[in-house]
Amino acid sequence: MEKFSTLISKIVCFDADDIDTDQVIPARFLKRTEKTGFGDALFHDLRYCADGSLRDSFPLNLARGDEQVLVAGKNFGCGSSREHAAWALRDFGFRAILAPSFADIFRINALNNGLLPVILPAEFIREIMTLSAREQVTVLVDLEKEEVAVSGTSLRSSFPVDAYRKRCLLNGYDDTGLMLTMTEEILRFEMSRPYQKII
Amino acid sequence: MKKTLFDKIWDAHVVKKMDNGSDLLFIDRQFIHEVTSPQAFAGLRERGVPVLFPSRVTATADHNVPTRNQHLPVKDEMSAKQIRELEKNCRENGVELFGLGHRYNGIVHVIGPELGLTRPGMTIVCGDSHTSTHGALGTVAFGIGTSQVEQVLATQCLLGEKPKRMRITVSGKLSAGVAAKDVILHIIAALGAAGGNGHFVEYAGNTVDAMSVEERMTICNMSIEMGARGGLIAPDEKTMAYVAGRTFSPPPGDMNEALAYWSSLYTDAGAVFDAEYFFDAEKIVPMITYGTSPAQALPVDGWIPGNAENEKRALDYMHFNAGDRLVGKKIDFVFIGSCTNGRIEDLRAVAGLVAGKKIAESVTAWIVPGSKEVETQARAEGLDRILESAGFEFRQPGCSACLGMNEDKIPGGKYCVSTGNRNFEGRQGPGARTILAAPLTAAAAALYGYIKDVRTILN
Repeated sequence: MEKFSTLISKIVCFDADDIDTDQVIPARFLKRTEKTGFGDALFHDLRYCADGSLRDSFPLNLARGDEQVLVAGKNFGCGSSREHAAWALRDFGFRAILAPSFADIFRINALNNGLLPVILPAEFIREIMTLSAREQVTVLVDLEKEEVAVSGTSLRSSFPVDAYRKRCLLNGYDDTGLMLTMTEEILRFEMSRPYQKII
Repeated sequence: MKKTLFDKIWDAHVVKKMDNGSDLLFIDRQFIHEVTSPQAFAGLRERGVPVLFPSRVTATADHNVPTRNQHLPVKDEMSAKQIRELEKNCRENGVELFGLGHRYNGIVHVIGPELGLTRPGMTIVCGDSHTSTHGALGTVAFGIGTSQVEQVLATQCLLGEKPKRMRITVSGKLSAGVAAKDVILHIIAALGAAGGNGHFVEYAGNTVDAMSVEERMTICNMSIEMGARGGLIAPDEKTMAYVAGRTFSPPPGDMNEALAYWSSLYTDAGAVFDAEYFFDAEKIVPMITYGTSPAQALPVDGWIPGNAENEKRALDYMHFNAGDRLVGKKIDFVFIGSCTNGRIEDLRAVAGLVAGKKIAESVTAWIVPGSKEVETQARAEGLDRILESAGFEFRQPGCSACLGMNEDKIPGGKYCVSTGNRNFEGRQGPGARTILAAPLTAAAAALYGYIKDVRTILN
């Protein structure tokens, strides 16, 4: 997994709550058997009209293309467990998502792909979005200090992150590597449990 | 210490408590399918690691399969490749696959219980958010992403924090025409799309007790639509009777041990939940969705709200107006099927309502059995003939138009009353407008060509 420590980037705002993973990437684009190549399908039906032309009003279409931070409303990533949503966001270039809350499965998928889900107070997200409507906003996402700051303003906020997850991201470790070191304990557990025959 | 049902099952599967407070949780069974597993197997190959317990993994092809002419080669090349990849991965790793056309093939959450692979007290995962369906048999079952599918293949374990506990108690007798789907839509509408985030839900109360095991699956299935990690129901005599004698159930000689264990699976009196909600079954009526989230549901004879910002966006997409009623709204398609409502009881309910009648000429109606066994059973009961004479297309099993991954899509701008689980924008195809409902309400819409309160046509 790619390491994550500090990120300074312009932002794209998608001002909506409950953005589900079907919107992030519609099911008909889930046919690839690799983890790559999903970026083109990111927010496909919001980015493109039915005739294939770009929908000018969609925030991603107004972006310059070098933004690595997406700012969104609460409960981002709800619905389907498709990790393709995290892959598509990464493939498009995003490294962090700032939102007041995330759906559980998406949050885990993001963390497993070096995509940092940053939980911030709803008022703080609102301020960033309001500012972004007026001018281009650059943020600093500092995982080491667990803090987000908005460039050229006094806006800053800490964010919660699990110490283990933080260590994984800072070092580029994944869970599987750690879990594989515990195989013997797992095998022992499996053999020693009651109700072997029925579960 | 007083324990909840969820705690009892979870705690019995903790291999090790980690320093950061998370648990290394043993998984009894993993179900895999063609869409969320290829990258997991590729990950194993890269690491040079085998599947640790192939016998604890069961595979099916369901999300991306055609629901017609399943005996012919799959036309879409990318879909065909995805299915071939599943076959290859299963073959190389010794994983049992119930592929297309196999008599045990079907939607992963339909076949698990019906084959007796899902049994009380188990931990179950699948790369699919509706894995909570299996909780209806008293299991801790939840959806995971593909990285976690890989972890479970490699170690038969997951690493994570234990979710919080929520209990939802429904009491009283349901009125005629009110189905399990209406109960869960009612609950989701009350709690919201994120109301269950971080929680595992136990459904309890005499309304749930009175439900069949299949109805309970419909309830647990949609737990994710309020953000819950999973949902479960304590096993009772109905559960025991359901599990006994199925294809992969314990042989009769082991059933006494099984029953002794299963009857210990209940929430102790006085056990504490992090959140509790209570619902009165008598106040629940047939439900219908008006927006683009399952939480945007209302009584079928109710008026559409539309004050919140997200509701405005949803109403724009649906071409509905705040203050309108859905009763009488013209619809174009009806889809009956999915892991929510694609089981034999659902097909029987629909057949019962449409027997001897014709669906409206303006409506295209698909009925897609949840599994090959459901299809076979429906044919044995003559349901296929009843449904086809009424004007339904009786298809072969798969996830089909619930998620619009194969060719079963609803055209942009068209309205579809769906017994699936999601009415998200574009869920059934780009621009498709999905209205979620119970099988009876969907069947009534097929007959009339517009939304109908099913209570007005029941005897």
